[in-house]
Amino acid sequence: MNGPLQRLGRWVGSHLVLAGGLLVLLYMFVPIFVVVLMSFNDPDSRLIYRFDGFTLKNWANPCAADGMCGALSRSIQIGLLATVVATLLGTLMAFALVRHRFHGRSAANLGIFLPMASPEIVMGSSLLALFVAAGFGGRLGFWTILIAHIMFCLSFVVVTVRARLAGLDDNLEQAAMDLYATEVQTFRRVTLPLVFPGILGAALLSFSLSFDDFIITNLNAGNTTTFPMYVWGVAQRGVPMQVNVVGTVMFLVSVVIVVAVEVRRRRQERVLAG
Amino acid sequence: MTATATRPAGSSAPTPEPAPPAKRPRRNLTGYWLLLPGALWLAVFFVVPFYSLLATSLYDPGGSVLEGYDMSWAFGNYVTAIQEYWRPLVRSLWYGAVATAICLVLGYVLAYAIAFKAGRWKNLMLILVIAPFFTSFLVRTLSWKLLLRDDGFVVDTLQFLHVLGADGRLLATPVAVIAGLVYNFLPFMVLPLYASIDKIDPRLVEAAGDLYARPFVGFFKVTWPLSLPGVVSGTLLTFIPAVGDYINAQLLGSPGQRMIGNVIQNLFTDAGDYPVAGALSVMLMLLILVLVLVYVRRAGTEELL
Amino acid sequence: MSQVVEAPTAGAGDDRGTGGRTGGGLHLRSLTKEFASFTAVKSLDLDIPSGSFFALLGPSGCGKTTTLRMVAGLETPTSGTITLGERDITWEKPYRRPVNTVFQNYALFPHLDIFENVAFGLRRRKRSDVKPAVEQMLALVELESQARKKPAQLSGGQQQRVALARALINNPEVLLLDEPLGALDLKLRRSMQIEIKRIQTEVGLTFVHVTHDQEEAMTMADTVAVMNAGVIEQMGAPAELYENPRTTFVANFLGQSNLIEGTVAGREGDVVKVDMQGTVVSVPSARAHLETTAGHRAWVGIRPEKVLIAEVGEVIDAPGNSIPGGVISDVSFVGVSTQYLVRMPWGQELQVFEQNTGRRRLFRTGESVDVSWRPDYAFLLDHEQDASAGTDRSDLPS
Repeated sequence: MNGPLQRLGRWVGSHLVLAGGLLVLLYMFVPIFVVVLMSFNDPDSRLIYRFDGFTLKNWANPCAADGMCGALSRSIQIGLLATVVATLLGTLMAFALVRHRFHGRSAANLGIFLPMASPEIVMGSSLLALFVAAGFGGRLGFWTILIAHIMFCLSFVVVTVRARLAGLDDNLEQAAMDLYATEVQTFRRVTLPLVFPGILGAALLSFSLSFDDFIITNLNAGNTTTFPMYVWGVAQRGVPMQVNVVGTVMFLVSVVIVVAVEVRRRRQERVLAG
Repeated sequence: MTATATRPAGSSAPTPEPAPPAKRPRRNLTGYWLLLPGALWLAVFFVVPFYSLLATSLYDPGGSVLEGYDMSWAFGNYVTAIQEYWRPLVRSLWYGAVATAICLVLGYVLAYAIAFKAGRWKNLMLILVIAPFFTSFLVRTLSWKLLLRDDGFVVDTLQFLHVLGADGRLLATPVAVIAGLVYNFLPFMVLPLYASIDKIDPRLVEAAGDLYARPFVGFFKVTWPLSLPGVVSGTLLTFIPAVGDYINAQLLGSPGQRMIGNVIQNLFTDAGDYPVAGALSVMLMLLILVLVLVYVRRAGTEELL
Repeated sequence: MSQVVEAPTAGAGDDRGTGGRTGGGLHLRSLTKEFASFTAVKSLDLDIPSGSFFALLGPSGCGKTTTLRMVAGLETPTSGTITLGERDITWEKPYRRPVNTVFQNYALFPHLDIFENVAFGLRRRKRSDVKPAVEQMLALVELESQARKKPAQLSGGQQQRVALARALINNPEVLLLDEPLGALDLKLRRSMQIEIKRIQTEVGLTFVHVTHDQEEAMTMADTVAVMNAGVIEQMGAPAELYENPRTTFVANFLGQSNLIEGTVAGREGDVVKVDMQGTVVSVPSARAHLETTAGHRAWVGIRPEKVLIAEVGEVIDAPGNSIPGGVISDVSFVGVSTQYLVRMPWGQELQVFEQNTGRRRLFRTGESVDVSWRPDYAFLLDHEQDASAGTDRSDLPS
């Protein structure tokens, strides 16, 4: 049962899973390679989307694409505002859910879970129905988009912060109170620093959700154009390569952030081990 | 008596102060106040809109956005919606189910590899799973359009291998749409699966081996049942957005692959037929709700989060 | 009793203002804590003299931790009062009471280094000269070199000492220790017991220590209160509790006891005569914790190490209580002693521990023996009580 053949079989077997996993991972990266490659593309024609030649001019003039930078800056503005509001409200809710007893707790939990489980097209059309019924049908735009984004980011913030908060040993806060820290001091000196990574994570998640949303936005945007809506539009007419510059930059920025967090964590671990 | 003060700063009376009157703490309402703003936001912009949607779906179809609609309890809107659009509706559920199944297989392999085989590369691999998805959904889907185009590398290779006929294509076929759905929602499958599999004590799998289970049997008797919570939440998190998606159908498909999302979007923004669009939206929500409830009941787990 | 010993090394004592210690110790009066489904603490009365090392001992769920948390202010009592000297602190916020706690799992702040953990209480009260005080305190617990490390970088024993230092530096009137050694392994636990006792003697503060480990309570405390199901069963010096338990729970929870069924035959002076399974044995009336009228049913209790065994007919020096007819049913040699199980004619197996002095031979399983003990060592408990109360040690670490 333990001949060289069987051993070889088992070796392949155990590495087969890893190899399969790496292949799937590679599959997830294929479009990224294309995005990066196409950001250096010098297209012959706007209508045929393929790599024709290398150029840096897309990187040099990202705003040369008509209307793209306007949409981009609108998306960033909405993303930042939605992140601030959603993170604030969601963090408060997470604290309420983890730290306080009250009636209607399970209803609150359900209310937070449902937005994450509803199809975007349904949420978007409901919101549109509300705005139209309330007489805002003609005034769709920046503010209605912002309202929608805050709404769907909220749940994700609550879930992220709640997980961090639930993992927090409440003995720590009791210890702080025992050591003469008032409620406010306890929050400032102990709770907040320990929950902060969770809040930061929630904020990053919010921003990327808001920045990338298309389906809900498209229904509630009126004539306002966000970056994803801009891409949607040009996809029908011919894609300027600057879109890929933005895609590449987004990828790089997020990778830098995630890697920085990871490196920091590893360094701390090394300190602990050493 | 050489004594030291131990009371909080500020109360430095030389003699012991008289006992302060006993105060009972008041009932705490802080929880409600903390919850209130967010709950209000969700109530007004998530719950109330459902009522508006429901109302919209029953408006008189004779009206228009500009002139306004009358409420006429027009249940006929639902009949119209089903008669005209049952195909995209069924197609959406079908595409969603197929994409979810493929995601489950691919995602399980990846999640299992990360949890059990990646060793010290675990965190790096997790980062790599998430990283591509910080790039715009639409930009990524556009690059699939490029990859799958008619004279592209993928099609050429498949034609060479005779998987595709000489004039066979991928774009504007269900294959491309489903592939796009699989690609875009794979992380929603991998992350919950990973969370579940990572919790499994590898010694349990060893114990199964010790108790005469072959690796394959061990997997199906130990690993798979223990990872079920992840399977359930992963499939739901994949299936729900996949059914409602229309970006992949629009960019990678043709009118033949129209999904229900395309229909609703068009009816709302282009055709301006709010009542039927609303009826479709309500039906989609109800369908998904029913499917999810049945599924959760059958999978025997209430663990959604 | 209420003399306050100035803490010589606790540090920063002089610049903390001139407020007076309340002095008179900690007093709990009819303290009760009810949770939704059960009563954790039932009308508890307790006086802990200042400067003492007091242990609350009991199995998990007996209410000892709840009591401690009410004293710390982390739990509000349902009724009753807590006073420190003259001061009623029942409803005081935790940060307003001169009481500090060493938490069960230390609850060290993971984001602060050791120095800042220890300095935390002083900083909150805006003390000046934090640095020398913290350094002194770290020296007391021998952790000067670790000041700039984070808690996670320290071993369990070191974290324990940080937790102690962090509480002690505030020079509280009462220091509460909640199972402080529970997370340490046996060897470390023993050395920390001695360490904490040394520090208590050195700083002279009142320590209230909650534990389920009877050996720990007896080693460290000068007064032990045995708690069970929300009430204190018995309180006293460790030796007193051990030698003269008043209830079957204390008899079993503190060490081990043989409890043999009997019937009170009557009193003769200060001795109670008991008919124990056909043999009349005597118990000093000071050690009889029940009504001693004839006919009353009772448990005769005797500690295993107080029981002597001898060859059949051999004369041994234990006049009074001698019971024939035992058969050795099990022998466990454990080094310092040998532990026998002796099956008695009425079917009960008695535990007998004999020191391995080398003067006697070991008995073997199946041998017939006589069993005896000095009447002064026996105790008499009410038969109403459950003879197995306090024997379940499944919650104790090995």
